[in-house]
Amino acid sequence: MMVVAVSAAAALAVERFPPPDFTDHQLPQTTTPHGRWLGWEYFDMAALAAGLVLASYFALGRRSRKGLVGLATVAMVWLGFWRQGCVCAIGAIQNVSLAVFDPSYTVPLTVIAFFALPLLVTLFFGRTFCAAVCPLGAVQELTLVRPVRVPGWVDQSLGLVPFIYLGAAVLFAATGAGFIICQYDPYVGFFRLSGNAAMITFGICLLVIGLFIGRPYCRYLCPLGAIFGLFSRVSGRHVRIPPDECIQCRLCEDACPYGAIRPPTVPQTPAERARGRRRLGWMLALAPVLVVVGTGLGYTLATPLSLVHREVRLAERMKLEEAGKVEGTIDASDAFRNTGRPARELYTEAIALRERFAFLGGLLGGWVGLVIGMKLVHLSIRRKRDEYSPDPAWCVSCGRCFEYCPSEQQTLIQELPTLEKSGV
Amino acid sequence: MASSSDKLDRRQFVGNGVRIAGAIGLGGFVGFLAGRRGSADDTVWQIDPNKCIACGNCATYCVLDESAAKCVHSYPMCGYCELCTGYFEPDPNDLNSGAENQLCPTGAIVRKFVEEPYHEYSIDEALCIGCAKCVKGCNAFGNGSLYMQVRHDRCLNCNECAIAVACPSQAFVRVPASNPYLLKHKGTGA
Ligand code: SF4
Ligand code: SF4
Ligand code: SF4
Ligand code: SF4
Repeated sequence: MMVVAVSAAAALAVERFPPPDFTDHQLPQTTTPHGRWLGWEYFDMAALAAGLVLASYFALGRRSRKGLVGLATVAMVWLGFWRQGCVCAIGAIQNVSLAVFDPSYTVPLTVIAFFALPLLVTLFFGRTFCAAVCPLGAVQELTLVRPVRVPGWVDQSLGLVPFIYLGAAVLFAATGAGFIICQYDPYVGFFRLSGNAAMITFGICLLVIGLFIGRPYCRYLCPLGAIFGLFSRVSGRHVRIPPDECIQCRLCEDACPYGAIRPPTVPQTPAERARGRRRLGWMLALAPVLVVVGTGLGYTLATPLSLVHREVRLAERMKLEEAGKVEGTIDASDAFRNTGRPARELYTEAIALRERFAFLGGLLGGWVGLVIGMKLVHLSIRRKRDEYSPDPAWCVSCGRCFEYCPSEQQTLIQELPTLEKSGV
Repeated sequence: MASSSDKLDRRQFVGNGVRIAGAIGLGGFVGFLAGRRGSADDTVWQIDPNKCIACGNCATYCVLDESAAKCVHSYPMCGYCELCTGYFEPDPNDLNSGAENQLCPTGAIVRKFVEEPYHEYSIDEALCIGCAKCVKGCNAFGNGSLYMQVRHDRCLNCNECAIAVACPSQAFVRVPASNPYLLKHKGTGA
């Protein structure tokens, strides 16, 4: 039925004026220029794999900050300026979510690779992807000139945002409402040297903030960074500040511009320990409450939230127009009427979407509750540390702290004469 | 001392287990995704000309300063009209190529006399900014032979096309990269 209506409309549109039959005039051809050669996709994947291997080697094997900075520069030029910010590991979260919920969507191979490879490497070696392969990380790494310390509680609280952002991004992608990570990517305008005014302003603000506060996007926004943090916690080989033994000289204490260095723990008195245990008990009890409250809130807020989806928005508008509650029509409702589809179909679709939003909104709310709860629990747990060490969740393996360690200096000096002898 | 090294061993063991489980889980998920996509072609963005209402968003919402969406012409569909409603302003002073008579803000349409009374209209793509004014004019009173397409030599194939988000008629669709245009043909209207 629909097909008939459309083709009837199209047939009306054509041949108001019969096209002439020229005898000696050749009609021009409509050109169809092709895009990038598809083989480049494989090149991108290979480059990603090579970048990850090199970054891990520079961070863990060579312990070379110079190598990491060089590689980050290459990554920024290649993935940022040349590939113009698409394909991107952070954005890949959304393609993957969409693919899970919508079987008709074809997720590109490159996207699968950009999603999975960095996670795999982080699982074993920590966030070496962040150190030198991520173009967004690279921009921030290279533009940090005068790091200032962010108070711990600000760091910890803002550090919750990426988890919430992650949940929201998955929700919007899964419902087909849009790719918010791409829409609010602050640096893509910089890579492309164009974009809309609001996003350029946001980008410039973050770049300026990033001159003083290390990696603001990575620490307080990046949804992929949130997943990396979890994966990195279990990484077997993670960067260490001293090349061998920590002599607790405290020289590296303030070396990390990202607030990732944790001091060794001091032994607690029994009273302190008891207090800590009580606190942990409270937090463990609080966590499920937060989850329940969050789920309820998310479920309630999902209905207004569903207006983000244009199909739902259009259905709302159509209903108002049909009921005569608003004057006139808008482009979107005109376009819908032009298709000849019955409005009822649209309403049914919108209701289904709204249900999906309610379900996923509840999940999102629960997730936010869980994240806050786990954060509180985590802050109440004390793990024994014998040396100054990077917190694997926060450390991006940038290598800045290496040179602060006197043992590192020692090894470098020892290496010098051999280098000279070998004529380097 | 023995107990502390035992503890380390145990930690190592648990850690390995977690990592291997994580890697297997990730591998399984990749397998699932790969299975989902099957052997399908990667996709690029394109405008379905049957849905496009020539609203003009294409010119302003593309992430590129000069939009990747431009007007193209289906010559076999064109009536070669003397008074082209895609070319001329409504009520033109004169049927000539004076700028004040043209609909196109950049003068991107080239009007060429073929034979009485027919004129050929072609697009100078370097000038076209994708405003869709001509498309609207042609759809309203002509044969609908002018229409919008994403030009893939320019398009960056954004993960999510910024125009698609703003397109009121949801005309932006993902199409196979090996067949990246939705051309209008004579007779079919599409
Ligand atoms: S490598 Fe050192 S300086 Fe860099 S993020 Fe990790 S702890 Fe901080
Ligand atoms: S935004 Fe959509 S409706 Fe408007 S001109 Fe572009 S394709 Fe056509
Ligand atoms: S009127 Fe607009 S869309 Fe048509 S050729 Fe001119 S610039 Fe391009
Ligand atoms: S995919 Fe990007 S470059 Fe291409 S038309 Fe859409 S916004 Fe423009």
